[in-house]
Formats: sequence, C-alpha cells, structure tokens
Amino acid sequence: MPPAIEIKQVCKRYGSFSALTDIDLEIHCGEFFALLGPNGAGKTTLISIIAGLSIANCGTAKVMGHNVTTSYQQARLNLGIVPQELVFDPFFTVREILRIQSGYYGIKDNTCWIDEIIERLDLTDKADANMRALSGGMKRRVLVAQALVHKPPVIILDEPTAGVDVELRQTLWEFIQQLNRDGHTVVLTTHYLEEAETLCNRVAMLKEGKIIALDNTQNLIGKLTSGNSLRLRLLPDTLPKSLQALQINHSGGMYELRINDYARMEFILSALRSEQIQILEMHLQQPDLEDVFVRLMRNG
Amino acid sequence: MTGFITLLYKELLRFWKVGFQTILAPMVSTLLYLLIFFHVLEAHVEVYPNVPYTVFLIPGLVMMAVIQNAFANSSSSIIQSKISGNIVFILLSPLSYRAIFFAYILASIARGLLVGLGVYLVTLIFFEVPLQLPIWAFLFVILGSAILGAMGLIAGIWADKFDQLAAFQNFIILPLTFLSGVFYTVHSLPVSWQVLSHLNPFFYMIDGFRYGFFGVSDISPYVSLGIVAICLILISTFTIRLLRSGYKLRH
Repeated sequence: MPPAIEIKQVCKRYGSFSALTDIDLEIHCGEFFALLGPNGAGKTTLISIIAGLSIANCGTAKVMGHNVTTSYQQARLNLGIVPQELVFDPFFTVREILRIQSGYYGIKDNTCWIDEIIERLDLTDKADANMRALSGGMKRRVLVAQALVHKPPVIILDEPTAGVDVELRQTLWEFIQQLNRDGHTVVLTTHYLEEAETLCNRVAMLKEGKIIALDNTQNLIGKLTSGNSLRLRLLPDTLPKSLQALQINHSGGMYELRINDYARMEFILSALRSEQIQILEMHLQQPDLEDVFVRLMRNG
Repeated sequence: MTGFITLLYKELLRFWKVGFQTILAPMVSTLLYLLIFFHVLEAHVEVYPNVPYTVFLIPGLVMMAVIQNAFANSSSSIIQSKISGNIVFILLSPLSYRAIFFAYILASIARGLLVGLGVYLVTLIFFEVPLQLPIWAFLFVILGSAILGAMGLIAGIWADKFDQLAAFQNFIILPLTFLSGVFYTVHSLPVSWQVLSHLNPFFYMIDGFRYGFFGVSDISPYVSLGIVAICLILISTFTIRLLRSGYKLRH
C-alpha cells in the first residue's frame, strides 16, 4: 500500500521568499500525525500543496500514491481538508452545503452519511439553518463535516480547534479519533501542543520552511528534553552535598533536580531526612511536547 | 458527471434564491429603457420599413439583458466565492476544469435566458413583436450568453476586488453592448463607426438575434453565426486554459 502522503523534495517560493525548502515527508496509512511549527513556518503552505491549492516550485506530492498535480482528481478523492479560515457559502443551509459538497465528489445520494456526521458533530438542531445564522464554532463544525462527506482515507485538519470552545474540541477529537481507529489517516496542525501530544503518534516540526524534527512523539520528548525533574523548596534553604550532582537549577528559592527514574525519589528523600531538611513544596515535572517545541524553536 | 450537475445545480440555486435581484430587477430596468425610448423616439425614428422603432428596439434590449445578466452571473459568483473564501470548496474537489467551466457557463446561459424571456414576454403584452425565425434567435441567444458567461468567468478570476470587476463591466462590457447596435442599425452610422462596429463581436450577436425576429439584418446571419461561434470557441479555450493554469485561483 502506498503511503497516505508522500512528499519529495518539495519547495515553494514567493518571489525571493522561500516558504518551503526541500521538504521530504512520508505519512503512513492509519497514522495520527501532527505538523507543528510557529506561525509562518510553512505548515499551511505544505497543506495547500497537498490539497492542490498551491503549486510547488519543485518536487512532488502524492496522496495515496496519486500525484496531486498529474492525477489531481484521484488525489482529491482520497483527501478531506478542513481549512484554517472560517469560510462558508452564505446562500445555503447546512444540509444543502453537505449535499452539494457530496455531489462535487460524485456522490448522488449521501443522506445516511450526512445524517450521521450531522449528528456526530452535534449539528442536528442547525441542519436546516442558513450558514450565516451559525456561530463561529458551528461554522467550524460544518467545515469538518464538509471535509468528511466523501469519507476520505486521508483527513487533514488545519488548526481545527482554533478559537472553539472546550465542548466542541472534545466532540471533535472523539469523532476524529474514531475515524482514525476506523483506518483513516489523520494529519493535524495545531498550536495546542497538548492536543498533538495526546492524539498523535508522530510529529514533524517545521521552522522557516524546513523540517527540523520528525519522529515518534515520545522519542522526540525523550531525545530532546533532559528528562523528569523534581522541584523542591527546602527549609533550611540548602541542598545536601550528596544531591548537588543532580541539581539543574536553583532559582526563586526552588531547587530543580534531575531524576532519570522514579527510584531516585527515595534516594533524594532519604538524603534530605538524614540532613533534617524539611520539604516545604514539591513538584514533579515531566517534559512534554511543549518543552521540545520551545527548545527546537529557540535553537533548532 | 454528478460533480458537474451538482455545481450547475448549485449555481442555478444561487441566483434563484436571490431572484428578486438577479431576475426581476434587471427585467424592470430593461423595461424602463423601453418605456423611455418608446416615449421619446417612437414618433421620430424608423429603422426598418414598416417596423415601429419600439418593436425594432425590443430584440436589441432583450439581447442586451441576456448579455449583461449572463456576464453578471458567472463574474459575481466567482468573485464572491473568491472574496469570501468559499471557492476553496470547489478547488479542493475533484471537479475537472471542463466541468467547472461548463457548469458556470450553463448557469449564465440560464440566467440570461430567464431575464431575456421575461422581458420579451412582458413586451408582448403591449407590443406586437414578430418572431419569424425562432431558431436563429435561439441560436444567437445561446451563443451570446455563453460568450458573456465565459467573459464573466475570466473577469471574476482576474479581479481581486469588486471595483476591478465593476471596471471590467463599465469599461469593456457596457461600451461593447451599447455600441453594438442595440438602439440603431449600423447603416445609420458614419462609415468609420460602421467599420468599428464590425470589429465588435457583440454587434454580430445583436444583429443575428434581431434577424430571428424580423428576417432582416445588417449583414448575413450566416456570417454573424460564424463569427459568434468562432468567438465562443476562442474564449472557451482561453477560459479553460485559465482554469487549468490556476491563474489567481491556485497560488
């Protein structure tokens, strides 16, 4: 089976500005993949190239083995995109929009699936309302529904949870996770890194149009952070000699100690007990994707 | 085929839902033209023998309404979709460039025909307008509205703002329409203007369409048909190429 998305040596320039440089990326079928990076890193440009909304200056992009330029119809049949902008057609109701969108993909009668996505995205009450009458969150749900009308094997969501409430986020992610379990490949961009960490198996990080990290989410966290740490406020404010080798930082009256495994905790606590040092405050800190992101964006 | 039919249906529904603005309003303004010209010129001008000026004028005004509305339909649809961003739903779909082209053109023809037919039917209440060769009139109305539908598509794709589209309409479509013989025959013009009129493709649409009504025209309807058909082929080829290239649609 070909990769869900295959990008080879893709570059995109706008005049003298290079939006993407030599991007190579393979996303396998069934993956839940995150494309991360700060604003202007090139995420949306890359998605636009995959979607055929932008034309790459060099390289090739394929969706389920179909070249997005030369076999654009096959590529687009396999792809569902939720755009970042909150766009809608003000002439139609939600149900009309979904019927029309199905027709574009060659589906004559899609009533059952449309009813299901309307229900799953909690749009039932608004199904016959004009798009103009919907709130921003509701419009976002319709965008997701539009991307799914043709049950595409590959779904790309470009910041789908930007500016939406907690309830929609949960509803949306439950639905998308179900689709992923059913075999759909999901690619998402988001600025909420905890979403990417919770949902995605693999992550690519872009900076200034280049991929600077591409790995399994947990590998990235393991490789690019200094591991777990323990933050302590002590009375008296002094660290026993035996623990000084573990010290990473001391600021604001808090000691930060590296602990590679949890067994170390007992060693630290007994060292403090033997010196009769009291613990006033204690936090166990686990590194997350945000630490990786911040580190890479600063240094990478 | 389903994709093409859906886009056509959507385009028809789009203008039908705002029919007051897209069908009724242009009908009223065309009939106002007729009322004014009837009042001012009826007694003073005779263009064809035994044909009252107002009756001569009616086919021209009908065709003018067809042309302007065919252009307005595709151009406004495209530019509205571009500016509001919802054109992305068409661009993301697997619709072929030809399907997109034909859907927009057929919707333009439909709106042009509806407005033109509406104007014609209303004038029949007040005037006796012969339709001697309906096939000819039908041929020219279809070809003419298709050409203007394609021009609307080009203008909608090209324009980034509504005022650019208005400029296209006011500085290209309107002069070509008004100087095409809607209100007169070219024989009544000085020679230099006659030559210029013959360079205007809209002239052949109006003249050929009028031939369908009176069986009389400034030049042979076969010549007009040939020129209008060639114009349609050229402009259609250009528009499909434009769509395929992604000009101003795909970056």
